[in-house]
Amino acid sequence: MSSARALFEDKATVRKIAILARLELDDPTLELLGRQLGDILGYVDQLNAVDTSGVEPTVFAGETTRFRPDDLRIRLAPGASLDNAPDHSSGAFRVPKVI
Amino acid sequence: MSIKFEAVIGLEVHCQLATREKLFCGCPTDFGAPINRNTCPICLGMPGVLPVLNEQAVDMAIRAGLALGCEIRERSVFSRKHYFYPDLPKGYQITQYERPILERGGLSIELEDGQRRVIGLTRIHMEEDAGKSIHMDTGATLIDLNRAGHPLIEIVSEPELRSAVEAVAYLKALHEVVRYLGICDGNMDEGSFRCDANVSVRPVGRAAFGTRTEIKNMNTFRGVQRAIDHEILRHIDVIEGGGVIVQETRLWDEAAGRTRTMRSKEDAHDYRYFPEPDLPHLIISTARIESLRATQAELPLAMRERFVRDYGLSAYDAGVLTGEPSLVAYFEAAVVAHPNPKGICNWLTSELLGRVDAAKVPTSNVSPGALARLVALIDDETINGKIAKTVFEKMLSTGMSPDAVVDADGLRQVKDGGAVELVVQQVIDANPNQVSQYRSGKLGLKGFLVGQCMKVSGGKLNPSVVNDTLDRLLGPPATGG
Repeated sequence: MSSARALFEDKATVRKIAILARLELDDPTLELLGRQLGDILGYVDQLNAVDTSGVEPTVFAGETTRFRPDDLRIRLAPGASLDNAPDHSSGAFRVPKVI
Repeated sequence: MSIKFEAVIGLEVHCQLATREKLFCGCPTDFGAPINRNTCPICLGMPGVLPVLNEQAVDMAIRAGLALGCEIRERSVFSRKHYFYPDLPKGYQITQYERPILERGGLSIELEDGQRRVIGLTRIHMEEDAGKSIHMDTGATLIDLNRAGHPLIEIVSEPELRSAVEAVAYLKALHEVVRYLGICDGNMDEGSFRCDANVSVRPVGRAAFGTRTEIKNMNTFRGVQRAIDHEILRHIDVIEGGGVIVQETRLWDEAAGRTRTMRSKEDAHDYRYFPEPDLPHLIISTARIESLRATQAELPLAMRERFVRDYGLSAYDAGVLTGEPSLVAYFEAAVVAHPNPKGICNWLTSELLGRVDAAKVPTSNVSPGALARLVALIDDETINGKIAKTVFEKMLSTGMSPDAVVDADGLRQVKDGGAVELVVQQVIDANPNQVSQYRSGKLGLKGFLVGQCMKVSGGKLNPSVVNDTLDRLLGPPATGG
């Protein structure tokens, strides 16, 4: 588990994540982000150092499933969905051709 | 010489659950709403919003699990599946990955030769649907997010299907089950019930699977059958030609009748699943499961057997009636009103279904009670079968009750011997030639005379009384003629 920091010192790993996230990053940025990601995961390594054997895992505060009834019928006012859209046409979001 | 191949097919079916609202927000799910009308900050993927699970969707998924004999997980987990596509506003789909709500189970299918097979299910999980992309000729893509967030269950079969015919039988059986449960409208045109197929071939007798391809874009049962048949032959052709099947996703082109490579959505299929931190685990109590089990709808296969056993219907008739959930309720309501299942089935399947779409039968002018009453009027000989058709026509066009039609048009059957005799005598007098030919042995002419009696009376006479009266008045015909 202590390998988290080392993992992100490998630029190839950071580059792969960037590609999956559709981010175009130059080499110095990759290096910087790799260091920062390693730092963040370093915190997790600290947590992992604590012995939690025998402790029941808490997945979620509260632990009860919250349900919503199927009868609220809440939606935005007509047209409001498009307010923040960079481009739209005939009520639809308009994006560059996909296929 | 050539090696014999067998196909190995597994299906993934996406069923839109028939909730009123989306899976994680309160937007309506109505099909055909104006573009982007059914959207809100949650299904638009705005920052800072929280999904909350629709209880009804969970109950519907559990109903599917109960019907298909699945193991229902007490604790299941939602995950994020990441990919970039404009119809997925959050950049990830909330789905279930490692711990789906339902696992294993099976679906009983009937093959054409009447044999039954149980096809194993791997899992059923809950997830949200994506929006719709409309690709324009103008070089743009338009996005409608009305469907984004609509609840789905994905039903994954084991690779146990061995032919396109079996795959379609499985699909039809599943379609019937979800419609009977009332958890999916099953409308394939509107995309409520969609199917992807994983297909591979291997030499008969070999245990290892061949390389598979996934086929998408099949929108009809017939399309599924053609696509799978085509893909099986394509695999065999490639292998026999010394080639290698590439694992890929292919699109079925209905017009061209073939599959073609779909450009990959993603260079890398790395969805980076991780547990959805915005949703607690889905915990399902035994009490919830039991209360759903207690109100579970009867499944079509069981219903067909019951119709044959309890109502004495033929397997064919039972199949017609149970092929459409709305007909079942109609038929059973009519049988309660007048317990002649066969008679009611005949009128329902041959007359009413001949004139009205199955789905519209419950809202037609002829109510179950009225149809039952019509059959009752035939059974107690108030009208005969032929007149009943006239009565039925008028019921269908006007919504009148059968009694009202019979009274208004004076269609009551004449059984009274004296009244019948008057008509029969009249016919005998008017047709001396036929009468004498009959008497000299041309027995076939009796049918003609019966017909004349019915014609003269406007079809209202009781046919068997007419027969008896004719026999009596004509006397015995000459024999040996």
